[in-house]
Amino acid sequence: MAAITPQRAAPARPQRTPRPVRAVQYVLLLGVAALFVGPLYWLLTTALKAPDEIYQFPPAWWPSALTWENFGLAWEAAPFDRFFLNSTIATVAGTALKVANAVLTAYAFAYLRFPFKNTLFLLILGAMMVPGHVTLLPNYLTMATLGWINTYAGLIIPGIGSAFATFLMRQHFRTLPREVTDAASVDGAGHLRTLWQVVLPMSRPMLVTVVVITAVEEWNNFVWPLIVTNTEEMRTLPVGLLILKDQEGLSNWGTIMAGTLIVLVPMLVIFFVAQRWIVGGITAGAVKG
Amino acid sequence: MTAVGQPVRSRPDVPVQQAPSARRRPLREYGLFALMVAPNLIVIAVFAYWPIVYNAYLSLTDWNMIAVRPTFVGLANYTRTLTDPAFHQTLWVTVAFTGLTVAGSLVIGLALAVLLDQPLAGRGLVRTLSFAPHVLSGAAVATLWLFIFDPGYGLVRAVLDPLGITAPDLVNSSDGALFGLVIVYLWKNVGFAALIYLTGMQSLPRELDEAAVLDGAGSWTRFRRVTLPQLRPITFFLLITTVIGTFQAFDVIAVMTGGGPGDATTTLSWAIYSEGFEAFDAGRAATLSIIMFVLLLIVTAVQARIMERRMHV
Repeated sequence: MAAITPQRAAPARPQRTPRPVRAVQYVLLLGVAALFVGPLYWLLTTALKAPDEIYQFPPAWWPSALTWENFGLAWEAAPFDRFFLNSTIATVAGTALKVANAVLTAYAFAYLRFPFKNTLFLLILGAMMVPGHVTLLPNYLTMATLGWINTYAGLIIPGIGSAFATFLMRQHFRTLPREVTDAASVDGAGHLRTLWQVVLPMSRPMLVTVVVITAVEEWNNFVWPLIVTNTEEMRTLPVGLLILKDQEGLSNWGTIMAGTLIVLVPMLVIFFVAQRWIVGGITAGAVKG
Repeated sequence: MTAVGQPVRSRPDVPVQQAPSARRRPLREYGLFALMVAPNLIVIAVFAYWPIVYNAYLSLTDWNMIAVRPTFVGLANYTRTLTDPAFHQTLWVTVAFTGLTVAGSLVIGLALAVLLDQPLAGRGLVRTLSFAPHVLSGAAVATLWLFIFDPGYGLVRAVLDPLGITAPDLVNSSDGALFGLVIVYLWKNVGFAALIYLTGMQSLPRELDEAAVLDGAGSWTRFRRVTLPQLRPITFFLLITTVIGTFQAFDVIAVMTGGGPGDATTTLSWAIYSEGFEAFDAGRAATLSIIMFVLLLIVTAVQARIMERRMHV
């Protein structure tokens, strides 16, 4: 596994750490690992336990037999395939549109001339200062006016405005050598062609980063889908999970844990595959260098 | 800025194609700029800026979202809210929840970063594991923790029972529920704080630390007097972003407590939701939204102020 380790160059350690201290450090490290793995292990084993084994105490730390029963029960209680489809559509379309917005806007601000360019850019960056939670009620009313409640448009469109991603992309575009885009223009390429065939291929790592962190956000989005949909066939996975939990009334933990696992697994997989880019995107805004 | 289409210095062998449309170029460029920026700008205007204006208007009205139009009531919503004991409780819960979560994230995150900075085998894996919850769905994480906190069959009881400790009720008791939420948010976000601290620590120059070693400073003194002061910008960044994020925390609260029991976990963000989408009191929800907006604007302004001062030093 490629670990998140920005390695320090040649750590000059003047004194050796004493053995007992080292031992304590390893115990702590193990404890931390248990703290983060434990809950996920508990989730996985509960979801795979036979329903009656979940309700024995003290619990079975390892299920006596693995069963998929809970997943069937979860599917019966709520249409998880439909939730999955909705989440996928919202995530893919939302991410594509948001990143397209970011790339086009960033290119325009990095390479084109326009009156009041700086003012417009501040207007876009200013959106970062508007807390998302504060916009819920007015945006719901706008959706109602447009007739977009319970539609994919309602689910997706309000989230595709992009300030932070635009900022990241523009900063990146400005680091690209000017000679390359100038040469493309001299060779007769228009701006869109330059963007598509010259600038974007040179920006692949940053593009992947922006796509991955946007997709993670979209998939985990909770409050907006909760508000803008109210029929079962328009729910996304996180919201569907809430509905399942309320329906089962906290009595069917096996079913609920199976549902929870369905929601978590795609992001766990994406995290372990793409953590380099996730971390890159997150630390880009935080730490210089 | 060099505009595209101007003569290029480095390639004298290529004839510069500029002559015929040189004067019409800017207009075409303006048009293209407008086309490329418009979709983003329109969405931002409609779904980020307009809501603030709309909220400001709605906060001056009384509206159940069913009547044809809102009735104008002036500042009544504000005077009622600001003198309402329920609002004071909400504010107190928000401050307590934010304070505990933010302080916990920073302190535990820093401690974790220090541990992970040691040359230990497997630290890369632990770093990855501790960061993983940060990208997981809050609703799903909260559902998992509901089961972990379950007084009958939960993991907390399973761990504490053999030790002879009665597991506290971290969901359904008014004393415990807030702590339950804090624990879940810490589990989800400590890895993020640790990662940021760690990245910061590893980019610090070594010279100061080495000089302190030569002066005979112990590791605790070096950490307190050398490392920590240098991490101040990072602490400040984490403080601000965590406050802003925690202030708007919603998914875990919605799944675990729904603001309850009673109003024990009703934060400002939950109150906005319940006033708007459970009580259908648009005026009050809008008033609370404006209050949250102003509070977060103050936080952001303080940040901008301090950032600016630091840059001028």
